[in-house]
Amino acid sequence: MPIDPALAAAYHFEPLEVTVERGRLAFFAKAIGQTDPVYFDLAAAEAAGHPDLPVPPTFYFSLELERPNGVAWLDALGIDLRRVLHGEQSFTYYAPAYAGDTLRLTTKVTDVASKKGGAMELVTKKTEVTHDGEPIADLSTLLVVRNPEVTA
Amino acid sequence: MTNLVPGTELPPLTVEPISRTTLALFAGASGDHNPIHIDLDNARSAGMEDVFAHGMLSMAYLGRLLTNWVPQNRIRDWQVRFTSITPVHGRPTASGRVTAVENGLATVELLVALEDGTPTLTGVATVAVD
Repeated sequence: MPIDPALAAAYHFEPLEVTVERGRLAFFAKAIGQTDPVYFDLAAAEAAGHPDLPVPPTFYFSLELERPNGVAWLDALGIDLRRVLHGEQSFTYYAPAYAGDTLRLTTKVTDVASKKGGAMELVTKKTEVTHDGEPIADLSTLLVVRNPEVTA
Repeated sequence: MTNLVPGTELPPLTVEPISRTTLALFAGASGDHNPIHIDLDNARSAGMEDVFAHGMLSMAYLGRLLTNWVPQNRIRDWQVRFTSITPVHGRPTASGRVTAVENGLATVELLVALEDGTPTLTGVATVAVD
């Protein structure tokens, strides 16, 4: 069934407050093969002038997934996760963030577009990350939903 | 950074071939628990022959490429397009090339490609020169 753009635009994401955990950043660094100790060793981070481990460039996407059910919004819009591909991703940065910071994420669906007669739908979601009201980063995610049963 | 000019190539980053262990660790560490990346049964139910890597894993490799090159706070913005799937055992290389320098900002074209040359991710970053 096609995604209802009005339902998508009206979908309310509860603002998410999440405290960045040092151990989690170290685990993320390990998972991506990070060799720069600034990203997993507190002493190295401090020696480089950071107050704690820095949040690496793509980790804000992971914070977004810290909701109790990170894919609840897909369920609400009737989107089968198995049909979803990550199409595009962008980040804009305003200030650094570190382990220990409590960040606030505000998210909304900003666009739903149907392509190829509905065989493909493009969903754009944007998130603003702030710390004590000051902007940290903006994220934009484009998801591609494949509907192979639809033939144009 | 003082001699940063268009055409400058970033030192490329090649990682080990992506194993199922890599995907399991990245699922947990990144918080992306989509089973299509870690559960063969789920991947097959979606019509795939096998699990495949998270796009954000390749973007994280590009993040390493950038922060190996400049302090992270110089990265102003970047955007990528995921152009094809990275299979298990694929070996990505992340690379970048400066295409313009203007008003203290460098534009860097980004690419992740597999060993056979298949591009899996293309993008562009804006990086402060100093």
